[in-house]
Amino acid sequence: MALDFVQLAPEMGQFALILSLCLSAALFVLPLVGAHYGSNVLMQSGRSLATGFFIFVSFAFCCLVYSFLHDDFSVKYVASNSNSLLPYYYKISAVWGGHEGSLLLWILMLAGWTFAVAIFSRSLPLDMQARVLAVMGFVAVGFLSFILFTSNPFDRILPIPPQDGSDLNPLLQDIGLIIHPPVLYMGYVGFSVVFAFAIAALLTGRLDSAWARWSRPWATMAWGFLSVGIALGSWWAYYELGWGGWWFWDPVENASFLPWLIGTALIHSLAVTEKRSLFKSWTILLAIFTFSLSLLGTFLVRSGVLTSVHAFANDPERGVFILGFFLVVVGGSLTLFALRAPVVKGSAGFNLLSRETFLLANNILLTIIMIMVLLGTLYPLVADALSLGKISVGPPYFNLFFLPLMGLLCLLMAFGPLSNWKRTTGLQLVNLLWKPWAISLVIGLVFPLIYRDKYEILAALTVFIASWIVTALLADLFYRLRNSDSFFAGLKKLSLSYFAMVVAHAGIAATTVGVGLTSIYTEQRDIRMEVGQKVTVVEYDFILNKLTHIDGPNYTAEEALITVMKDGKFLREMKPQKRRYLASGSTMTEVALDVSLFRDLYVAMGEPLTETAWAMRVHLKPFVRWIWLGALMMGFGAVLAVADKRYRKAIKQESPAVEVPVGKLVNE
Amino acid sequence: MHPLRKQRLMIVIFIVVFSSVAVGLMAYALRENINLFYPPSKIAAGDVPHNTRIRAGGCVKPGSVQRASDSLEIRFLITDGISDVKVNFNGILPDLFAEGEAAVINGIVTESGEINASEVLAKHDENYTPPEVAEAMKDKGEHQKTCEGLKYGA
Repeated sequence: MALDFVQLAPEMGQFALILSLCLSAALFVLPLVGAHYGSNVLMQSGRSLATGFFIFVSFAFCCLVYSFLHDDFSVKYVASNSNSLLPYYYKISAVWGGHEGSLLLWILMLAGWTFAVAIFSRSLPLDMQARVLAVMGFVAVGFLSFILFTSNPFDRILPIPPQDGSDLNPLLQDIGLIIHPPVLYMGYVGFSVVFAFAIAALLTGRLDSAWARWSRPWATMAWGFLSVGIALGSWWAYYELGWGGWWFWDPVENASFLPWLIGTALIHSLAVTEKRSLFKSWTILLAIFTFSLSLLGTFLVRSGVLTSVHAFANDPERGVFILGFFLVVVGGSLTLFALRAPVVKGSAGFNLLSRETFLLANNILLTIIMIMVLLGTLYPLVADALSLGKISVGPPYFNLFFLPLMGLLCLLMAFGPLSNWKRTTGLQLVNLLWKPWAISLVIGLVFPLIYRDKYEILAALTVFIASWIVTALLADLFYRLRNSDSFFAGLKKLSLSYFAMVVAHAGIAATTVGVGLTSIYTEQRDIRMEVGQKVTVVEYDFILNKLTHIDGPNYTAEEALITVMKDGKFLREMKPQKRRYLASGSTMTEVALDVSLFRDLYVAMGEPLTETAWAMRVHLKPFVRWIWLGALMMGFGAVLAVADKRYRKAIKQESPAVEVPVGKLVNE
Repeated sequence: MHPLRKQRLMIVIFIVVFSSVAVGLMAYALRENINLFYPPSKIAAGDVPHNTRIRAGGCVKPGSVQRASDSLEIRFLITDGISDVKVNFNGILPDLFAEGEAAVINGIVTESGEINASEVLAKHDENYTPPEVAEAMKDKGEHQKTCEGLKYGA
């Protein structure tokens, strides 16, 4: 019997993974040694090794995809996460539907970022480039050994493979799951680049504006991906879990939110380091923490210590491995920081009222918020470990501190862009900001009056804060254009990174509106609905017309036909489903949505009560789209920031030989 | 004052003010919002504070689920094999809630020893048992598939 590629793919994938482990080990060691002894050959090997690492990991990933597409159920991971009835696009997304495959995706992302560093950092001094790549190599060694020794996706079930796979968890059979993990991982792993830059800076003792300019686009890009990734997860939970919630303060959500909070602090701190050569040690510390929190998130999610849809398997060995790696990274980098931080200290003064101060406030607030989320997330685990009892910390805890602190952050946010570096005067701020303040106050106070009969003071506050951010941005824009001949001529002169800031800050305002108004104005009815019965939610009437049975490709479903009337006129039909997946026998809710910018109609089937009656969730969710719209704006802002021409100019001008200051090159 | 010292003073003040606000909020929030987990046998034995929010978990006893005919009210028993506790709930149950399967309940224990549930959570997929429930059952030497191994007689 001849072996064809289908049968060999898992072994080839396995082999490619082992090779990439060897390559990444070399990537970790050789450039570092080269940088230490000043050997150009060894330092330059970093780029080729990074390329090889990327190629082999991609090949391994393709092998796994191939096994999924060809239903090779002799591979254990395929057998437990796929099924021959699964449509091909879900077979591909099933690759990252379980623990082993999602780890492989993590590594693929890491390889991708490493490759990107190898390509785009040619303008960097060679020793810096070599060290950055070496740190990336170190991270890769950790994760590749993890996957090879504890969670190999290519393990076989031999000699008797199962006839068919046990199917992908139906919750994950969805477009949201196809894109959410890759985007989120791009963000998580992207912070490893900034981490590598930070460690390289500590090793060389070189931390100046140039360093900040090199690492800034990477941090911004990773942050943009993470913002969009988190939003995608929230969007998925909203329509797939069928409860109508979009954020649950679930430990796994928190795990992705922690690096976002500190990453946000990081991109602002980097701005200060680039423009003013200040906050240097702090920036380094933030870079270390951001990546550490990404690792912590991976540990929390993958070790099975948490109760969540993301916790795939309870395998203590895996948890111990990631925890060990986490401790090595955090402990090692903090020790290095303690030893080397004095070398990179900066000294320049700034006034009490200055942009630096506002950015400092931003950093402190974000750090505090992060610590509180972290405490709420870890407290149950710690209490459990210390036998203080089984505890859970619910949304009330998080909301209680998160909302006021975030509100404060948003209030201060308007000041940052308008104030000058080094010093600014109170008079100047008052002159520029009294109009936005007054306008926002009016908009905020009037909005709840017009929107609904009952006056909600919190809605007024939400709208005030959001419009304060936006109007202050506009005031700043007009102030900058005051001397230009025409509006558009002036706009052209402003840099892309300025527009990036405007778009991202406006994104925060949009998300604020979404979060606030959805929470305050959501109307929900969980009710028993008979065929022919009508339910009224504000100005909408929902009528259950009939119930039908439907057969899908790999499921059967009950479908409800619901007519929606607005003010007595026909609006549309909605068809929520309750599906039963054949392979796993599990039940899923398919929500029916009517989407628009200002409100969503949300209908989900609960459970059958009699032949003609179902428990139904009927929700009206105002402004819920704004939550994700805002996150998309932040992501778009990140793209604009990275596209700014000063980074491209930097690449053209700086040839490595000229840029490196003599004496700082090696062995400081 | 020397500008550098002034700057440091400012940073220190910032940190002190913000962190004390934060610590205050946090202490208050944690005190109010921690839910302790109890297995049914402890609730039945009366070792549970009344009228505070708790979390309970166990297996849904087969045959115990009763629905009202005109509303979403529902009653069922949860058990850990030692004792049963009655749960009252008004709302929609999660998709994977079923008799003989694990469930976690957030709610308040009444004077009569029943739980008025504000939220009922079920497992996420068929291979998964909530860790708290698995832990509560572990004393009896059963590990995975906790609820299947449980004897519901008696």
